[in-house]
Amino acid sequence: MDTLILSRIQFGANISFHILFPTITIALGWLLLFFKLRFNSTQDGKWMEAYQFWVKIFALTFALGVVSGITMSFQFGTNWPGFMEKVGNIAGPLLAYEILTAFFLEAVFLGIMLFGFSKVPNWLHTGATVLVAFGTTMSAFWILVLNSWMHTPAGFELRDGVVHATDWMAIIFNPSMPYRLGHKLLASGLTVAFLVAGISAFRMLIGDRGASVRATFKTAVVLAAVLMPLQILMGDKHGLNTLEYQPQKVAAMEGNWETQGNVPLVLFAIPDEETRENHFEVAIPNVASLILTHSFDGVVPGLNDFVAEDGTKMHPPVAPVFYSFRIMVGIGFLMLAVSWAAVFFMLRKRRGVEGVPKLMLWGFLGMTFSGWVATLAGWYTTEIGRQPWLVEGVLTTAAAVGNVPPSMVLSSLIGYLVIYAVLLVAYISVIFYLARKASNKTGETLWAQLKPTAPINQPAE
Amino acid sequence: MMIFGDPTISLPIIFAVLLGFSILVYVVLDGFDLGVGLLSPLTQEVHRDKMIASIGPFWDANETWLVLAVGLLLVAFPAAHGTILTALYAPVFILLLGLTLRGVAFEFRAKAPAHKKKAWDAAFFAGSLMASLSQGFMLGLYIMGLQFTQVSLAFACLTAVFLTVGYSFIGATWLIMKTAGELQLKAIRWARQGLWGVGLGLIAISFATPFASERIFSKWLEFPEAILLAPLPLMSLALLAMLWLALQRLPTSNDSWAWAPFAFATTLFFLAFCGLAYSFYPYVVPEKLTIYEAAAAPESLFIILVGACVVMPIIFAYSALSFFIFRGKATELRYD
Repeated sequence: MDTLILSRIQFGANISFHILFPTITIALGWLLLFFKLRFNSTQDGKWMEAYQFWVKIFALTFALGVVSGITMSFQFGTNWPGFMEKVGNIAGPLLAYEILTAFFLEAVFLGIMLFGFSKVPNWLHTGATVLVAFGTTMSAFWILVLNSWMHTPAGFELRDGVVHATDWMAIIFNPSMPYRLGHKLLASGLTVAFLVAGISAFRMLIGDRGASVRATFKTAVVLAAVLMPLQILMGDKHGLNTLEYQPQKVAAMEGNWETQGNVPLVLFAIPDEETRENHFEVAIPNVASLILTHSFDGVVPGLNDFVAEDGTKMHPPVAPVFYSFRIMVGIGFLMLAVSWAAVFFMLRKRRGVEGVPKLMLWGFLGMTFSGWVATLAGWYTTEIGRQPWLVEGVLTTAAAVGNVPPSMVLSSLIGYLVIYAVLLVAYISVIFYLARKASNKTGETLWAQLKPTAPINQPAE
Repeated sequence: MMIFGDPTISLPIIFAVLLGFSILVYVVLDGFDLGVGLLSPLTQEVHRDKMIASIGPFWDANETWLVLAVGLLLVAFPAAHGTILTALYAPVFILLLGLTLRGVAFEFRAKAPAHKKKAWDAAFFAGSLMASLSQGFMLGLYIMGLQFTQVSLAFACLTAVFLTVGYSFIGATWLIMKTAGELQLKAIRWARQGLWGVGLGLIAISFATPFASERIFSKWLEFPEAILLAPLPLMSLALLAMLWLALQRLPTSNDSWAWAPFAFATTLFFLAFCGLAYSFYPYVVPEKLTIYEAAAAPESLFIILVGACVVMPIIFAYSALSFFIFRGKATELRYD
């Protein structure tokens, strides 16, 4: 393998690992604020209990996000020097604003939010929570401005082969930014909703029926049920925007080879770039045209329009984009079904959380990290969908890669993969450990009943 | 833009100063964090918990200065950023692994099951060690003009060891300020031992740097520069002596002067940093690329500068607030 593909795998691995954690902290910060405000107004201890349990997971998640984020800021230089040399005049200020307006804010107030409860007045502690949540969201804003600009660049001109900014408002509010930001923030909300619902379901399954666990479960399920339809709407808008600015990406997502009308919605297929057709296609006639153009005979661009006369493909690799898009959408609809069913059971006979069947709790437990899978699948759809460009129409990925020996990149890649695997296992197991510990009084014995063959590896402290 | 004179001259200087400032703040602030990590295996668990509690509320913000420094290098001097970081590929990788281990160990050691705490403590130490050594190694290679010869690698190994000693030292002075009783006594002992290493390291690097390049040699040792610059090494020697005196007198009965070693050590780091900055100016990639050649377009630098002027004072204000809230001797870290 050459330096280009190794560097791409390495950056892909880094950003995939990194994005897991901000996806949680962005929305969890606001959810913690909700818990805190509920406590402030009701003085009900269950909300403070919820805050204190989830703030620990927030702290852990935040630390993982910080360290994996630092890695990425260095990798721009170590592996992709061509990126900053070509578009540094635009990427630079956006990254600088992220550091100045978001990173310091969240890092400093995190200390006060985590350890300051007994040291500062309650309003300042609530204020610190607000600022941390605001900081994580600002961070998402700036980085998605840059990411969107790489997909739909605007407000610049080329001078001597280097990009120069001409209009900062056009750069910041570039065509895909509002949709991408909205899509990402909603994804974060859904990821957190299913994380909180899953862990709360786990705690209920091991016998913790405390007021706090029930309150967090209910909050999370309602949040998921409200956000999922919004996400479907936002996803549709985002897709239409992509059709306008990056039609080749939509063609790959749909598995559509020829520019034509009455395009079917392909539910499943095995796209083949050699023969340029789909095998084993299962499709609903006309529906892709309907979704993308809002008319049955609407013309949708096909992949074959993006092959140069000499045979060079100027469209992304089809299969990964096609499959990951389907995984994302599939999980989305599963989330919709599960969250609405749970709300239905909670409303039926007004039984609340008690009305949710045990089997559904197992379902939520199974979907604890479903938001991660959907996020990564969506991320791969859009990022692989941008290839062969790094900055659409301006800079190819191949032109930006640094001149580092492949063996060196391979060694660092293996190192990263090993440490990421270890950290991921540790992260997930610690979350479940904290959940068991928080439900300790009733939980330990029932956990043993749930998993009779597994020895309890945690002596109670 | 004209208020700064010719923007192609003034903006690179302003950003070089900002970059230098961020690196200096990082070296002092994360220096004591890493130092505490390096010292953490030297004592028993109760003390280790207290040591880590003393940096717990700060480490994240402290590390952000490194992100700012790399960010400024990236945004203000894009050409230099690529050259330096591709040349330092391997040590940067070690640094990042180290920072990752160190950062997550903070959380995991407190939250993972009790029997895994030892392993995370080991990761905390190993991460701090990897980060310190690799930073020192990169400093050495940078001083030697990013050349990979036997001499420069040997020199880089030397700076790796001395920077690690330096971080342990400033970590010990931080602990003198933030702890009391038995742990404070231990920290004073560590600082006394570390001081010799710091003195030796400063002298070794001060003598070696001029021989790294003729340009640096003439900047320091020709007349009249040698006279004009004399206060810098003399003040450093005076600070070393004051540190030695202070560490002999501590601990005092009412804990007065417990802040002094940390303050002196910070000043010493500042002077050493000024010396290095003077040696390298105007180069950002030693002997190859000046700050004027490597700078990004003036309009891009200007828009960052506007933001920095507005936001930096606010960052200082809330950082000060955080240090004020967690002032005094470190207490157990509690979420409630």
